[in-house]
Amino acid sequence: MKSFNYHAPKDVKDASKLASSNSAFLAGGMTTIPSMKLGLASYKDVIDIKNIKKLSGIKVSGKTVTIGATTKHVEVAESKDVKKAIPALAKLAGNIGDAQVRNRGTIGGSISNNDPSACYPSACMALNAVIHTNKRKIEAEKFFTGMFETALKSGELVEAVEFQIPEKADYQKHPNPASRYAIIGVFVAKHKKDVNVAVTGAKSCVYIDKDLSKKLSSSFSVSAIEGTDVKSSGMNSDMHASAEYRANLVSLYAKKAVEAC
Amino acid sequence: MASLVGSRVERKEDTRFLQGKGRYTADINIANQTYAVFVRSPHARAKIKSVDTSKALKSSGVVGVLTGKEIAEDKIGGLIAGWAIRSEDGSEMKVPANPPLAKDIANFVGEPVAVVFAETLDEAKEGAEKVKVDYKVLKAVVDPAEAMKSDAIHDGVDKNLCYDWLLGDRKAVDEAFAKADKIIKVDLINNRLVPNAMEPRACVVDYNTASEEITLYTTSQNPHLSRLVMSAFGGVAPENKLRVVAPDVGGGFGSKINVYNEEIVCSWASKKIERPIKWVAERTESFLTDTHGRDHVTHAELAVTNDGKFLGFKNETIANLGAYARVFGTVTPTYLFGPCATGVYVIPAAYSNVKAVYTNTAPVDAYRGAGRPEATYTIERLVEKAAMELGMDKTEIRMKNFPTQFPFKQTLVHTVDSGDYVAGLEKAKQMADYAGFEARRKKSEANGKLRGIGVSSYFEACGIAPSAAVMSLGCGVGLWESAEVRFNPTGQISVFTGAHSHGQSHDTTFAQIAADELGVPMENIDVVHGDTDKGTFGMGTYGSRSLTVGGIAIVNACKKIVAKGKRVAAKMLEVNEDEIEFKDGEFVALKSNKKKTIGEVAFACYLPGQRDEMKSPIPEGDEPGLIESSFFDPANFSFPAGSHICEVEIDPDTGNVKVEKYTAVDDFGRIVNPMIVEGQVHGGIAQGIGQALHENTQYDETGQLMTASYMDYTMPRADNFPEFNLGFTCTHATSNPLGVKGCGEAGAIASPPTVMNAVIDALGGQEISMPATAEKVWKACKAMKKSNAKAA
Repeated sequence: MKSFNYHAPKDVKDASKLASSNSAFLAGGMTTIPSMKLGLASYKDVIDIKNIKKLSGIKVSGKTVTIGATTKHVEVAESKDVKKAIPALAKLAGNIGDAQVRNRGTIGGSISNNDPSACYPSACMALNAVIHTNKRKIEAEKFFTGMFETALKSGELVEAVEFQIPEKADYQKHPNPASRYAIIGVFVAKHKKDVNVAVTGAKSCVYIDKDLSKKLSSSFSVSAIEGTDVKSSGMNSDMHASAEYRANLVSLYAKKAVEAC
Repeated sequence: MASLVGSRVERKEDTRFLQGKGRYTADINIANQTYAVFVRSPHARAKIKSVDTSKALKSSGVVGVLTGKEIAEDKIGGLIAGWAIRSEDGSEMKVPANPPLAKDIANFVGEPVAVVFAETLDEAKEGAEKVKVDYKVLKAVVDPAEAMKSDAIHDGVDKNLCYDWLLGDRKAVDEAFAKADKIIKVDLINNRLVPNAMEPRACVVDYNTASEEITLYTTSQNPHLSRLVMSAFGGVAPENKLRVVAPDVGGGFGSKINVYNEEIVCSWASKKIERPIKWVAERTESFLTDTHGRDHVTHAELAVTNDGKFLGFKNETIANLGAYARVFGTVTPTYLFGPCATGVYVIPAAYSNVKAVYTNTAPVDAYRGAGRPEATYTIERLVEKAAMELGMDKTEIRMKNFPTQFPFKQTLVHTVDSGDYVAGLEKAKQMADYAGFEARRKKSEANGKLRGIGVSSYFEACGIAPSAAVMSLGCGVGLWESAEVRFNPTGQISVFTGAHSHGQSHDTTFAQIAADELGVPMENIDVVHGDTDKGTFGMGTYGSRSLTVGGIAIVNACKKIVAKGKRVAAKMLEVNEDEIEFKDGEFVALKSNKKKTIGEVAFACYLPGQRDEMKSPIPEGDEPGLIESSFFDPANFSFPAGSHICEVEIDPDTGNVKVEKYTAVDDFGRIVNPMIVEGQVHGGIAQGIGQALHENTQYDETGQLMTASYMDYTMPRADNFPEFNLGFTCTHATSNPLGVKGCGEAGAIASPPTVMNAVIDALGGQEISMPATAEKVWKACKAMKKSNAKAA
């Protein structure tokens, strides 16, 4: 690991001031630190945001659940409030990586990194999340822009994620047997008016499967999507899974998720 | 006194391991040490045009930079292949030089080219980045099946062929095949595995400028052999100036048998820079440079009669050695593989032909089971397929071909001293509720799942390696083992063994054995291993040899102690030696019932002539002291055997394979510690299930290892396994006085075919290669659906 300047600001303003094109925000460090250790990334300044109190915590209002950026996966998984309001979100958090990752990794870190196989982005998409940053509010749909790419600008920091509470939801993933990231993951959320089927792992970036969403919006049942031909074009194909296999899993896990709702 | 052998004594070593008090190589620090970082080839095959170290030498904290040029100038020898194998045509095997630092050409990704020593690890890394190596990249040879048709990667090794070896009689096999009703054929890939010991390799070297002695702390399964190789072949230092210590070692599985480049380089360099050196591998380095296992491409055939009798067997295998032939690299796919490929069966005619090839991949060497898992996979896939094609029950066909008389002269080499294969399979059937399988299959089917059952019966030759057997095969050195039992004057005992424990629990089992022999509490006994300055000499631990070879040396040394004790006690008790009985740690004069404890005798041996005694207790002709040693060279291998049965359930929608039930019945002869043996079996099965379902080493066509981290290389985990159902049959070995057989590798030998037979059974006989990953199985399920639809 290359040496760097370590900062631990107490508030978001200071954190933002320290940011530059050669800096990284550090929360749980589950991706940043391994990347630095392997020499894949190096920064002049590492800005640890764990000491910024307002970034952590879970708030439930009537219609939304808002989770602070540095809230750990384990806290979401075990939160009574989340379990009550959006049990699928607690379940998703409880199955990320392994216990060590869940005890350090954070929601803000996960979505800011936007790994194409990460679980949280699918929840953001399906639950019409609004990402609160220190500069603005961004709809999930506009936040995830590509592989490891987000709408975040330099110095912009995720403060919280505000999820819409659905009527029903479920998340199903087919884990990579080695890393236990999602080979594919499907988040199905039934809202009052419509249904969102968000898919992670299958393509270079999380997306809403419009066909499945539409079919389920008109009839929320397994039979509504039975036989849907999920196209493999544009899907990832690597040593862990071919595009064809991923497409099969998306349609299968969408059904499993609906069934579990 | 109750016998300790046979009881579930808790592991002595657990106190330190479970409390984090183990002392591993990386825990050792020497004052004034430097840190080594190796510059490794990023290419699978490349000419080294030049190495520019000038910038690295100027880098902050860098103490020295050494390259292949310097090590060649100092005439330091390279890594060696331990066993000489001859080709069928009588020619010697072709072994290229394997210098510790590549000078002219690099032959696999990760091969060390230079090394940087610096005051801190970070500075060493920084310095290593500044070493500029100018490579000319050449086309890599990666696929073993294509290697013989590709460019020769080593000068003088035509077709990349190390040897083309034959064991058996081709003509007899042809005749047997001509008489057969049916020929069963399989094409198999025995997938390459990365051993993944929990502790990465490491070494710490301390050069004493005064005595000119090098002390090398290292992660080795066999420190004495390391010293021998480094001295005799490496020329690093004479043996009396080289001390090799392998302290606690966190798993080896074969990957820590070899003396590696880094140990040779750091030992040589420590003398050169006159500073201690520490090197600890990172996990990626382990993936790239630890010797890998397996990697065979096999075509095999079994000639059978319609009623299921085996007539003949042939085995044509290409074995991938990787870039270089290492210590057990050449013997693993020959003598450890070929003879065992006929399995536990009476087969009148057989041959194994193995072509070992070089490729631009990490060297392949012994990995838990070494050759016997590949052998068992070959024959047990054939047997299962034969049962399927003949419409016979898979256990019946095995029973029909088991030998029932022992000693059993196996087709190709071995004479198996003892066993009862029928009893083992019967017991496994009963424990696995084999008869109830069909009901369970139907239940799975009703849930939309495919259930399969697989059987594998195995034997293996371990306790490596009796000199007589090895010499008769003409392939190298016999591997005996030594022990020294040293009574201290106050009665505690140090048992020195040449075996090495890196997970095998020798501290406990060897103490159990010695305690029984000497009649003392095992708390009084310390097992000492892993230091060439302490034990006399030893061959180390691999090939399930510690107990069957090393353990017997301990028994024999203990017997010598008792024999001398008897003489001394007789003199002390003023009776004849034949009037003394040794029991439960006491020498008893039968007539008078006067006694001396073994502790009193030991004390007298060290401090003869105490106040008021008129005579020395040391008999005439005996010397003071109570230390005895033994070198044990067994008459034969040890032949554990058994039958395993596995049930899997497949989800055809995802292809996920779940191991539902796993039953193992093994015959390890007499068992010293059932708890430890069960642990060995558990670990072996886990590794075998890993090979069958999960572990998927992949190189791309340029020779880059694609699965070089745990993000991509699937290690099996606890939630991949059911609870293992273990049973034992115990026919005592006749080749050693304890009646014991090796147990360390059996689980890894038997389990891959057991699991694969179950998967293939669930898939209706459709062949599938290891590892049976979810996607492969899903595709097979789709094909099965299609062909079922057609049939309907």
